[in-house]
Amino acid sequence: MSTRIRESRGQEMVLTAAVAIVIVLLSLLPMLRLIKEIVAPGGTLSTVAIKAGLGSPATWIATWHTLVVGIGGTLLAVLSGTLVAVLVTLTDIRARSAMVLCYVMPLMIAPQVTALAWLQLFGPASPFLKLFGAAPPLGTRNPLYSTSGIILLLGVQYGPLVFLLVRAGLRKLPRELVEAARAGGAGWFTVLITIVLPLMTPSIMAAAALAFVSCVGNFGIPAFLGIPANYLVLPTLIYQRLSGGGPAVLGETAFLSVLIGIIAMAGILAQEIMSRRRDYRISSTSLSAEPYELGRWRPAVQAGMWLLIVVVLFLPLFGLVLTSLVPGYGIALTAKTATLDNYRFVLFEHDAASRAFFNSFWLSIAAAVFAVLVAVPIGYLIAWGKQRWVRLLNLSVELPYALPGVVLAIASLLLFLRPIPLTGIQLYNTVWIILYAYLARFLVLALRPTISGYHQIDRALEEAAQVAGAGLFTRMRTIIFPLVAPAAIAGGLLIFMTALSELTVSALLWSSGSETIGVVMFSFEQGGDSNYAAAMSVITVAVTFVLMLVTNLLAPYLPTGVLPWRD
Amino acid sequence: MARLSLDNVTKSFANFDAVKDVSIDVGDGEFLAVLGPSGCGKTTLLRLVAGFEKVTSGEIRIGSEVVSGKGGSVAPEKRRVGIVFQNYALWPHMTVAENIGYSLKVAKLDKAVARRKVEDALALVNLQGLGERRPANLSGGQRQRVALARCLVAAPSLVLFDEPLANLDVHLRASMEDEFASFHKRTGTTIVYITHDQAEAMALADRIAVMDGGRLAQLATPRELYHEPANEMVASFISQGILLPADVLSAEERGHCKVRVLGAELIVRCRPGERPRTGAKVCCRSADLDVSQDGPGFDGLVKRVIYQGGSARIEFTPSTSPDLTLHFERPDPVALESGAQARLRIRSGWLIPAAGGAS
Ligand SMILES: Nc1ncnc2c1ncn2[C@@H]1O[C@H](COP(=O)(O)OP(=O)(O)OP(=O)(O)O)[C@@H](O)[C@H]1O
Ligand SMILES: [Mg+2]
Repeated sequence: MSTRIRESRGQEMVLTAAVAIVIVLLSLLPMLRLIKEIVAPGGTLSTVAIKAGLGSPATWIATWHTLVVGIGGTLLAVLSGTLVAVLVTLTDIRARSAMVLCYVMPLMIAPQVTALAWLQLFGPASPFLKLFGAAPPLGTRNPLYSTSGIILLLGVQYGPLVFLLVRAGLRKLPRELVEAARAGGAGWFTVLITIVLPLMTPSIMAAAALAFVSCVGNFGIPAFLGIPANYLVLPTLIYQRLSGGGPAVLGETAFLSVLIGIIAMAGILAQEIMSRRRDYRISSTSLSAEPYELGRWRPAVQAGMWLLIVVVLFLPLFGLVLTSLVPGYGIALTAKTATLDNYRFVLFEHDAASRAFFNSFWLSIAAAVFAVLVAVPIGYLIAWGKQRWVRLLNLSVELPYALPGVVLAIASLLLFLRPIPLTGIQLYNTVWIILYAYLARFLVLALRPTISGYHQIDRALEEAAQVAGAGLFTRMRTIIFPLVAPAAIAGGLLIFMTALSELTVSALLWSSGSETIGVVMFSFEQGGDSNYAAAMSVITVAVTFVLMLVTNLLAPYLPTGVLPWRD
Repeated sequence: MARLSLDNVTKSFANFDAVKDVSIDVGDGEFLAVLGPSGCGKTTLLRLVAGFEKVTSGEIRIGSEVVSGKGGSVAPEKRRVGIVFQNYALWPHMTVAENIGYSLKVAKLDKAVARRKVEDALALVNLQGLGERRPANLSGGQRQRVALARCLVAAPSLVLFDEPLANLDVHLRASMEDEFASFHKRTGTTIVYITHDQAEAMALADRIAVMDGGRLAQLATPRELYHEPANEMVASFISQGILLPADVLSAEERGHCKVRVLGAELIVRCRPGERPRTGAKVCCRSADLDVSQDGPGFDGLVKRVIYQGGSARIEFTPSTSPDLTLHFERPDPVALESGAQARLRIRSGWLIPAAGGAS
């Protein structure tokens, strides 16, 4: 190789190598470590861990529960999400963007906050019901502490996820396919049933798979609703084992977490197989169909939509705010009793709570900044790189996010239980292990928008700089980063919002001194201090909401679809 | 079979008029082609007739029924029109037979009857035996035939085509053209056929509506359109007519009058009632141009000679008005070369009626 050729390739090789190292560290290493624990605990091949896991009845019960709430939640999410998507996309309903914003909002709220909010709405202590004197007597069981309660909230939480995917599919539906059917004499409803929905099955199935993975891996909702009823699913079973037994039971929980991973993957696989049989690729590009005129039904449909939004978003949040203003459990809220003491307490007086705010903020900021900086070069290789293995790259970054958070948490524990070889650095029981897990899990949230940002940029811009003599690193700094920055930064903000009140990962990784907001909220709720938990929730929801508004400022510079709540 | 009439139909998007003040009467069983440059509102016109768009003002009648107008609009599924799209618009999740039988199923027709009708429709478009295929496994021509069969199976009173051949290659186009023509002859269905291919329109249509910027420029038979364009747009759009400034010297007499074009006097065809005027335009076709060694005519420069196989296209600029370009064809062997001086004669032409003269 001539030196000039070597020079030309040098920077690209450095970049590729750096990216490869980051990905190996963050995504392949933990997964491999987890698998090793299952097949070869202690270094030798054995089936002991698997046998122990399979032999325990608790495993089977939790697996059964996981499947029940997973499938139930998915069905509910698919039904509601699809219905809303059809109404919002194909009819002449008014105030569409506001509707989309409100309907998608629950997706931006952490599951345990959703759970807490709903619990406050229906429980015997509910300040909301007390406003009308409709609260059940104290000591009555909250109806949400049940299987159907969990399914309902999973449906509420992930309906918007289905909505987003189905809506994207509906928007690509060429209007001629609809019009040909109408010219053939079919009314709107017939067209919907015989043409639109069948054509949407690939989108709907993909959405169902995603919702299933999310439901199965969800920790916050079954933790808040299931643990009090002693209804355990796999993630909560892992949590209980681990908090009871400590590192000694790590092998057993590793098995359980792989089990969740397998269930999640089975969902995705089933979707793959089914959609391969139904390949309705829509090839032509065209305008989308004229919205259907609801006519005299429009007020009713609109009222129904807003009622749904009030029920799934405003009422729970309202209940949450009320609870956060009540001085203690079961006290009715009046102008006299209302107080901000709960907020003062969690922000300034309670050590763990104020520490948690500090921890969660800097963890989220660190994860977001790191992800933005790393997403730009990785996105470059994936979007514009010529190598074929970059698809693999994309897949391995997606993996830690596609798999339930519990899986990654257990993998991180296994990886860092002992000090890191050679250096002797101990991550276990520190806040750093949480940071590691956040980096691994959320990287893809910044990567996806960055890649779609790359696809929107004319590559000639970079090539012009190249012709002008700029090396890869110079181009990256002066041309590429400024161009994809809005998309990457929007991704970073999404990470911040997600990580801020995250619970699944930190519930398994926290230690005294490294509490996160989610963890403290959870322990308040478990200890019966719902008022404090509510106050913390309100703060995080408010921060999230403000950040959404800030992120909106970036919207004009972003590819469509990066900000889920924007229409 | 039904008449279709459009009365002063206007369609505005926001404040842009995609179709403006169009009035067309399509007779029962007539084949009307709509021709025009891209973006002139052809598709919009068709969608208005089908009912996918609402008229802003004006009225559309199919048969004797007002389907769009002030009183509201009949839903597309109630209009009994068939429509064939440029991109076929076959439903990918149904087989060919299911695609064709869709409207019968929607009408809850007896299954056996429906099956026979589908078979007949398949036979009509020469696709026997392909009923179980998926549209994805068909060629472009076959797909378009399925689309045709799908719209015919319900025996609509009016069939609308939106550039049905635009996605097909030249050879297929010719054979599909034949098929459309024979279908029209056999069934006598009223047809509105949109195209931007003049040859296609001329070959198929009884009458052609030329549209320009949302307006109807001229509605006439192919022959009339070619020989007697109503305005400059139609003259230059159809077969690349050459427009030349002219002064009318004599009043019309038995369909002809005397004009002066580029300094030479000649007799051209014209509308009845033409009188002497200045600033008129004459349209002539390249076949009307002749190279004359000497004699009447005008001199100019051969700008370019483009060989086209068997003949050459020659671009010529008269010396008296250097910004005009005339073009005509000469058979092989071509004596003229670019840069040469030549003398041209116009054998005949058509005097474009003064603006405001209705078509
Ligand atoms: N839904 C719409 N909203 C706004 N403008 C529209 C809409 N549909 C069509 N137009 C505009 O109306 C004009 C006419 O469009 P139309 O599709 O009828 O043209 P066309 O003659 O069919 O062109 P082509 O030959 O390219 O298909 C165009 O300028 C187009 O941009
Ligand atoms: Mg068109």
